Amino acid sequence: MLRYIAKRLVFMIPMLIGITIISFIVIHLAPGSPTDLQTEMNPRVSAEMKERIRAMYDLDKPLYQQYLSWLGKLVTLDLGNSFATDHRPVFDKILERIPVTIIINVLSMILIIIVAIPIGVLSAVHQDSLFDKITGVFVFVGFAMPTFWLALLLMILFGIHLGWLPISGIRSLNYEYLAPGAAFIDLVKHLVLPVLLSAFGGLAGLSRYMRANMLEVIRQDYITTARAKGLSERVIIYKHALRNALLPVITILGLSVPGLIGGSVIFETIFAIPGMGQLFYMSAMSRDYPVIMGILFIGAVLTLIGNLIADVSYALADPRIRVA
Amino acid sequence: MKAILKSEFWYRFSKNRLTVAGTILVILLFVVSFLAPWISPYDPGEINLRMVLSPPSEGHLLGTDQLGRDVLSRMIWGSRISLKVGFVATGIAILIGAVLGALAGYYGKWVDTIIMRFVDIMLCFPSFFLILAVIAFLEPSIWNIMIVIGLTSWMGITRLVRADFITLREREFVQAARAIGASDFRIIFIHILPNAMASVLVAATLGVAGAILTESALSFLGIGVQPPTPSWGNILTAGKDNIDIAWWLSLYPGLAILITVLGFNLLGEGIRDSLDPRLRN
Repeated sequence: MLRYIAKRLVFMIPMLIGITIISFIVIHLAPGSPTDLQTEMNPRVSAEMKERIRAMYDLDKPLYQQYLSWLGKLVTLDLGNSFATDHRPVFDKILERIPVTIIINVLSMILIIIVAIPIGVLSAVHQDSLFDKITGVFVFVGFAMPTFWLALLLMILFGIHLGWLPISGIRSLNYEYLAPGAAFIDLVKHLVLPVLLSAFGGLAGLSRYMRANMLEVIRQDYITTARAKGLSERVIIYKHALRNALLPVITILGLSVPGLIGGSVIFETIFAIPGMGQLFYMSAMSRDYPVIMGILFIGAVLTLIGNLIADVSYALADPRIRVA
Repeated sequence: MKAILKSEFWYRFSKNRLTVAGTILVILLFVVSFLAPWISPYDPGEINLRMVLSPPSEGHLLGTDQLGRDVLSRMIWGSRISLKVGFVATGIAILIGAVLGALAGYYGKWVDTIIMRFVDIMLCFPSFFLILAVIAFLEPSIWNIMIVIGLTSWMGITRLVRADFITLREREFVQAARAIGASDFRIIFIHILPNAMASVLVAATLGVAGAILTESALSFLGIGVQPPTPSWGNILTAGKDNIDIAWWLSLYPGLAILITVLGFNLLGEGIRDSLDPRLRN
């Protein structure tokens, strides 16, 4: 198993190089340059000055040289310095933004699992029942729902009409003066809507997937055998069938990582949450190349790690799969 | 036409009430966007500063926006944007996906390896990040959005077409074509590809829905279709800006997106189930 993991980790390297090359090309070949935003509005900036600014950021060098020097610094975990006026290291900038994003995504992943799996199982076991039909409609609507719109509606309902939940940021203004318990509740209140909404997209998909798996499993011969042995329906469903139907779900969860990370741009912008998604949005707007590259890189690393964890836990959970 | 109506496909297609509902929704959307100049009660760009942010009333059925423009008229014209983006973006995705999938599946070996590794890499990007990065650099326009959404959503189609090609290339009709000396190009595009179109059609219908969702999200974030051109996404931006006073700006455009996407999804699933009942889940 350890050898398998090591092999997969090594295999990640060419993938990451491919990903960074594509990102680099896409970002640098797009028209316009980061210096435009600083200089275009200023009539006193001469062409020569523009060139000097470009040289300062190494933007005058050939693309492959820029890429190689970026890659060289990456080996020492240096993602360069931001083009923004603070010129801080990209690594630090991302590091201070990442916890919020990961907390929200992990919480919503947990929410997806504990809600979608029971729904999927129940609607498979009671196929064509009223419950199955209602959740079927819910799933269809869920697939078609623009989640940013749902966010707006929930903000109007819970934030403005009922006034139960705050609609922006992750802390209240008086956060520092709150007692530890009250501060925690304050944080929870701020996270309820973002977590709920980022879970929403995955809910429909996973519950439908779980239902399909379960339907397939309960038609298998070994379930018939279990019935023939006279086991109770509960044991058959929750012990024999569920375990087998759960296996492929692991893979799906691994594959949903990029979607969750991508979605964080929308939620963090709507709810003004200072996470990685919001940083990405702001950097893209101001053409902060190093930060954009850094986030695309880290997003890809998180995705690859998500896939690896999924594959490894699949192999651990299913003895039929031998990794050598 | 008669042959289609009598076919098994049509029988299954018209039997499913949800599929029929989806088809009606899609047709309705086409009709509305086609008739936009005649059915919208106001000019979508007509500013009326005396009617700023007025709630739904008899004069303005869905209310007005922050410049006093009629929301219903803007939504009717916005349907044109959604359909355009949905179809052009999906068209681009099919073109890339079908060609790459065909090459990978037909030639196999290193061609397959290179193309599929490229697909794997593209799937590793949180695609919304990639779209955002490119769009933010380009001038935000409807054409750029179509192209970028198309360029980032072909991977699923590549996988489908490749899988079809791998089974189809061994079939007798392909061997027969090869035996009479047909070129690879002819075999791939004239003989095999039409047989792989069924799964592409399903993926394309669902792809239109996805592209419409992505466009509305981009326009909502202010980097998609730019005002004054009306799109459902950018009306919602105004809804967010006036969230505490004008609920109608937030409610109706989103409902339009939801219903449209629902329509295309139902249609896509309906086509899939009717083409091959074994694929049902």
